[in-house]
Amino acid sequence: MKKHILHILPVMMVALSVFNTSCKKEIEERNQLFPALAPANLDLDADTWTPVLTASSTFTVATPDAITSPNYLADLNEIKSYQRNLTREQRDIIEYWSAGSVLRWNEILRELVAKHNVPPYQNEDGTYPAPSAANPLAYPLFPFSNPPYAARAYAYVSAAQYDALVQAWKFKKQFNRAAPYTNDPTIKALVPKSTLPAYPSEDAVIGGVTAKLMELLFPGDLDFIQKKVAEEKLYRIMAGANTRSDMDAGEALGKQVAEVFLTRARADGAGKAGGTPADWKAFETNTAATGQVPWVSLEMPKRPPMLPFFAKVNPFLFSNATIPSIRPPAPYPTNSPEFKKETDEVLAMSNDRSREHERIVTYWADGVGTPTPTGHWNTIAAEEFVKHKYSEVRWARNLALLNMAQMDAAIVCWDAKYFYFNPRPTQTLFNIKTLTGVPNFPSYTSGHSTFSGSAATVLGYLVPEKADAFMAMAKEAGMSRLYGGIHYRSDCDAGLASGIKVGTYAVNRAKIDGAGK
Amino acid sequence: MKHCLHYINRYCLAVLVCVALTNTVNAQTETDALMIPKNYFCAAGVYTHNSWDHYWEGTFKRDNGNLGTVSSNIYAVGGNYGLSNRINLLFMIPYIKTNATAGTLRGQRGVQDINLAVKWMAVKQEVGTGLLSLHAILSGSIPLNNYEADFLPLSLGMQSKSIALRGLLNYQVGRFFVAGAGQYVRKDNITIDRDSYYTTEMHYTDQVAMPNVTNFLVSTGYRSLRFNAEAVLSQMTTIGGFDITKNNMPFPSNKMNATMAGAVFKYSFSKLEGLELTAGGNYVLKGRNYGQNTSLFGGIYYVFAVKKDKSEK
Repeated sequence: MKKHILHILPVMMVALSVFNTSCKKEIEERNQLFPALAPANLDLDADTWTPVLTASSTFTVATPDAITSPNYLADLNEIKSYQRNLTREQRDIIEYWSAGSVLRWNEILRELVAKHNVPPYQNEDGTYPAPSAANPLAYPLFPFSNPPYAARAYAYVSAAQYDALVQAWKFKKQFNRAAPYTNDPTIKALVPKSTLPAYPSEDAVIGGVTAKLMELLFPGDLDFIQKKVAEEKLYRIMAGANTRSDMDAGEALGKQVAEVFLTRARADGAGKAGGTPADWKAFETNTAATGQVPWVSLEMPKRPPMLPFFAKVNPFLFSNATIPSIRPPAPYPTNSPEFKKETDEVLAMSNDRSREHERIVTYWADGVGTPTPTGHWNTIAAEEFVKHKYSEVRWARNLALLNMAQMDAAIVCWDAKYFYFNPRPTQTLFNIKTLTGVPNFPSYTSGHSTFSGSAATVLGYLVPEKADAFMAMAKEAGMSRLYGGIHYRSDCDAGLASGIKVGTYAVNRAKIDGAGK
Repeated sequence: MKHCLHYINRYCLAVLVCVALTNTVNAQTETDALMIPKNYFCAAGVYTHNSWDHYWEGTFKRDNGNLGTVSSNIYAVGGNYGLSNRINLLFMIPYIKTNATAGTLRGQRGVQDINLAVKWMAVKQEVGTGLLSLHAILSGSIPLNNYEADFLPLSLGMQSKSIALRGLLNYQVGRFFVAGAGQYVRKDNITIDRDSYYTTEMHYTDQVAMPNVTNFLVSTGYRSLRFNAEAVLSQMTTIGGFDITKNNMPFPSNKMNATMAGAVFKYSFSKLEGLELTAGGNYVLKGRNYGQNTSLFGGIYYVFAVKKDKSEK
């Protein structure tokens, strides 16, 4: 017995050491590795670029104090006092934000979309409660940032950031006040140095305009948003790149520009996109009257269709009157042999247990609790843009083009969905099993394909050497819906085609906005 | 030896299967206190059926008309080899088929993870009128198949490599025993098919840090030469992880807790030496981000000598 007790200790030591050294726990995320932004080109002529909404607007920015004034010297002293003993946490804040303000706010927006992209749970009686902007913290939380909602959120934020920076560049050139590290050699630059005038701060402009728009889009998250704004302002000051007056002037300008976009957003029709029970019923009866099988919700209990009047929302790149010219031709009639053939193809996909199909379906699923397909394309774009060292204003302009195209793609796609009101494959053939959740709206055309067609077209214009790769990704995103058993092939093909048409509107705008490639 | 074999083979491989929103097969081959003798091998085939129609989203208990009843059928083969009278080596390989009766999501099927264990009887000592034993068990699991982890609740498993340490104390007086065990499971990061995911914040990676898990159990029962009946109460607790938000999808790194009650019965034949049948069940009394699972299992075991042990007379 004693002999065995002597064995226990060393054996347990060996077991414990094996135990403790096994299993990785550390993860390095891709966005933590982004380098500090050091623009290859400052885009000093960005004041001449064509803004989206604010070409005829006038904004005011107070004339800055002279760099010899007591106020400015006090601002410099504030920087020095921070720089005397930066904490680890403060250095982390600098490192995080230095990757770029447009980039980080885009990530924050994707995060909020993902957080809120959850459909409400049903009431006791099988109906569903609607989120209320007036009471965003009550269940169900406002908003339900589903794909069209998200597409619109990305578009407004990106377009407003772009306009705000074009305006900021005007004032920067007008006042031409350099960064603190230039004006006082004892101030360290903890970010890459730039000769871009510092007043008003572009970072503060972005923070100001974005936070204001987020108040409308995510009113329940003001606390989180304000914390990020405060962190960003502090970052620029601690890094020696801006004074507090640079930041305050920038934030104020950003808020002014935001008002123009908020006015548009409040009247763009999105608030009425949900419709009423009578509207939902009318889609069904009107479609049945044409002899076609109408879409029905496959959820239990049945859920109202997602934003059936989203097609009435005002697009950014064209007018609502243009939509019918982009609308794809009618899908195969639900009683046609072609429709039957396509349904059989979906069934075959459903029975195909290829692991590669599963991977593609999951990679592009972008469903509940994710930044949605348009957010996924923002991730793809951001990770590409990081490599190009764009100035903040070009970052904003490129994301504005991408996201205006994707919002308009959502409008065009939702127009087709509710114009044709076509059933999902699983509604037609009950033994089709899906590899992802079935979205709660009609089948034709595929949203993923439409978003992706528009995104790949814009990104392919901005980064021509990758145009083929982006389009291949868009096609894969579309096909993922067929592999997953939730779309017919023609949904994907037609969606991609109309997405490309929408993307082309954005490219045509880009060609004449003064920014070039 | 014959007497010894009678006694041992009815405990050669106990398999308790616990099923969360997914099919985490914990081949708890280490849950009993008995050993197979040197140079004997026990082959096992076990069938398990799991099903649940209610689950907890965080602490909110609900059903889901888009899932109906989620079930799995698990066919496992395993073995236990007596390296010595005090050290046993065990393995188990499950093949799983999952299904949901409502909604459209496609059930999965395939081989899951191999479970390997070294079971060491560290202490065996007469205390009072009974026999006290202490076992230490080091076990691990390795996925055998590139199945999709991120397809809860229908995925075959979590695709996680894990390593676990368990201590098991058993006290037997006559034909009655009580036992208690504690286990700590360390899990490796997993790779999913997405390039980003949201937990309580965004993560831009396809790597998911899996929370570790503790298991505690107490059991008591009756052991005779031919028949064994045992009641088991167990608690699985995930250290860390996050709750499923209301009406959201489950995710591999969710916190998954469960309190389970179960029973195991075994019978060995006098005419067919070495053959044993086992059956049992397990029910989730309370859970968090977990299905209220009912598990029923039946197994067949066969013990035989691999080679004559010269030390045996």
